[in-house]
Amino acid sequence: MSAWRRRLRRHPGTLIAAGVLLAIALASLIVPALSPYDYYTPQLDLISRPPMLRGGHVLGTDPLGRDLLIRVLWGCRISLLIALLASLISVVVGVAWGAVAGYVGGHIDAFMMRAVDVLYSVPFVPFVIVLTMLLGRELWLMFIAIGAVSWLDIARIVRGEALSLKRREFIEAARVTGVHGARMIGQHIVPNLLGVVIIYATLTVPTVILFEAFMSFLGLGVRIPLASLGSLIADGAGDMQAHPHLLLVPAAVLATIIYCFNFLGDGLRDLLDPRGQA
Amino acid sequence: MSAAPEPLLRIRELGVRYTSGRETVDAVRELDLDVAAGECVGIVGESGSGKTAMLLSILGLLPAGARVGGSVRFHGGELLGLPPAHLNRIRGSRIAMIFQDPMSALNPYLRVIDQLSEVPRIHGGLARRAAEQRALEALEAVHIGEPERRARQYPHQLSGGMRQRVMIAMALIGAPELLLADEPTTALDVTVQAQILTLLQELRQRTGAALLLVTHDLGIVAQLADRVGVMQGGHLIEQAPCEELFEHPRQPYTRSLLAAMPRLEAPA
Repeated sequence: MSAWRRRLRRHPGTLIAAGVLLAIALASLIVPALSPYDYYTPQLDLISRPPMLRGGHVLGTDPLGRDLLIRVLWGCRISLLIALLASLISVVVGVAWGAVAGYVGGHIDAFMMRAVDVLYSVPFVPFVIVLTMLLGRELWLMFIAIGAVSWLDIARIVRGEALSLKRREFIEAARVTGVHGARMIGQHIVPNLLGVVIIYATLTVPTVILFEAFMSFLGLGVRIPLASLGSLIADGAGDMQAHPHLLLVPAAVLATIIYCFNFLGDGLRDLLDPRGQA
Repeated sequence: MSAAPEPLLRIRELGVRYTSGRETVDAVRELDLDVAAGECVGIVGESGSGKTAMLLSILGLLPAGARVGGSVRFHGGELLGLPPAHLNRIRGSRIAMIFQDPMSALNPYLRVIDQLSEVPRIHGGLARRAAEQRALEALEAVHIGEPERRARQYPHQLSGGMRQRVMIAMALIGAPELLLADEPTTALDVTVQAQILTLLQELRQRTGAALLLVTHDLGIVAQLADRVGVMQGGHLIEQAPCEELFEHPRQPYTRSLLAAMPRLEAPA
């Protein structure tokens, strides 16, 4: 649609942020497949090389002689995957939970929101540590663990919005035409929550990435030899003085990704609001 | 009035009581009103006289804090206390409502056509295409120019008058027998008001729907209504055929209402 394109043009920052993210995502998918190096085979004759353009290892190598570029790109893959999946889970669950609680109200609302309160009060980090000790360091565990907590905020915010939406006249007007139940929530409540949800979702994505990095930093994330950005930073931090590139490269990439997501949210909200001047 | 045939809408001893904390307010008290098929009844009264509460109670739209008593029968069937599932079948298809402010009564995130076609999709079980066709017909019926283009727009892209036309189209698309209108022209400017009134008049004649119109504007009532009821403090203090009420108001309150109305010519 041309109205879209026009609005997009007024948000060049959004476009750039989206482009950078897309480039990182594509590179993390394509480059490892084409590269002669992989993320796990040690090359003991090429230990901790600094970045250099000649010799094939553009970003240098780590203490086991593995190509840093490939490891960082694999880290991006893992981090983006966790971020997107966990955010998706949290948005879907959070919006559904909050919208139903807010719209239906009464005892159901009270029950649903007390459930949220209970989950909120679970000390999360110890909980995940216990979980990984019991079930091992599995990647899917990270998805579930992060998804399971990050929907709580969204549910609360969405519920509040739904509560105020349901008093609005157009909801009443829809009710007068016989709209009810799931259709009311899906057609009339949820679309009007979009603005809030998008902002919150784009705030959730970087939070989740940081959280995954944090867990990996603590050694609870992905299993070696696989790396996420968090575990790369953790490894790099250990060798910071001798080989700063091992810390700086993944940290810079992480910062870039998070910055872009923050920027994206702002523009997306404007783009998706039909009331924004076309 | 002859009681023999059951009127389309029969309200008996309707009472609406709002409770908040220890305070109770009786918004409507012991109200009796009949609306015959195809008839237009206007209810006038000042703000807070209970007009809107009366209207909302018919379709069970009052807020949770309100207690409703008495009886509202539609086609002989009781509406008050009807389970929501039954009420939903009547809403929009047999009784529809036009709201005061078309801006806040249209969902800002839905295109006109999506909003309109929702009604036939729910009630007629029509598929998307057929429902959209009906929506376009409804837009034509309310004289919206370029219905194809307007249908794909969002409410904020329409003018106030056009939005109210969309509201009316939305009310009429289910071919209801009874139309409830709560101050349908108050939010519009004067020239647009006149157009909307003409439209309502025309549609009523074409579809034969009864209209229960609530307003504080006696001019509108004079133009549209067959019968007029006057509400004050929750009571329906007077009802009479339109001309009779304007010519020979019985209650002093009605007289003062009429006196307060700026008039350029004798009402129709």
